[in-house]
Amino acid sequence: MGNVLVWLVWLVAAAACVGTGLRVITASNPFSSALSLIGNLASLAVLFLLASGEFVAAAQVLVYAGAVMVMFLFVIAYLGGRADAPWAGGTRAIQTASVVATASLLAVVFVALMLNADGRLSDEAAITGAFGSPAAIGELFLTDHLLAFEITSIVLLVAAVGGVVLGMRSADEEEGAES
Amino acid sequence: MGPGIPWYLAISAILFSIGVAGVLLRRSPLIVLLSLEIMLNASNLAFVGFSRLFGEMDGQIFALAVMAVAAAEVCVGLGLIVAMARRNLPLDVDSLTELRG
Repeated sequence: MGNVLVWLVWLVAAAACVGTGLRVITASNPFSSALSLIGNLASLAVLFLLASGEFVAAAQVLVYAGAVMVMFLFVIAYLGGRADAPWAGGTRAIQTASVVATASLLAVVFVALMLNADGRLSDEAAITGAFGSPAAIGELFLTDHLLAFEITSIVLLVAAVGGVVLGMRSADEEEGAES
Repeated sequence: MGPGIPWYLAISAILFSIGVAGVLLRRSPLIVLLSLEIMLNASNLAFVGFSRLFGEMDGQIFALAVMAVAAAEVCVGLGLIVAMARRNLPLDVDSLTELRG
């Protein structure tokens, strides 16, 4: 019974993932694209939970669906009607080539999975209850992965400074924007 | 037991392809950024799936690092889009060709 329930939740989350993902790239209104991406991230968090990534799932909802997407929605609201963009670019040949390239990428990944998997992907390691818990993640971050942790903070600082610099008004814009 | 790791990898591959299609097909820089987020999250799903397969948490650490880098990327990307809008440039990646050599 528990098996069926896990499968059911997994299938619903996976279908929601793919459906909202398709909606993100097909919607003509950027606002509904962004809202679909929130649904996509939330259903991905469910998949993370089912793969024993409790802390990653929580961080996904907090950081992505919360903070990042709110920033997106603010910018879309700021742009207003200017954000509505033409659907596809390039000639018909370029569009066809894009779709073919994407489909072949997907096919290559699936074939590679099926050829190389043979059993190695099915024997999952046994895990304890602490797997993926905030305590275990935090301990790993402050011991084995301390350098990555510190570099991440520098990356975020540089991005924040970059955002401020990009947001500053420059001289050439001041004369052009007021017209 | 629920679905095995190959199922996670399949969903990850499908999501990544959706992101690639979005980047290739759409012209609005906003939608391109959203598609990039889909691709980053597809890789995160693969990381978490492999982390579960091997019973090591390093994959989840990497997924968290990817999340932080994605937040930084969104910060700079949205800053660029707002700067473009304020300079009255068209919000269309096909018409931004000034950097072409």
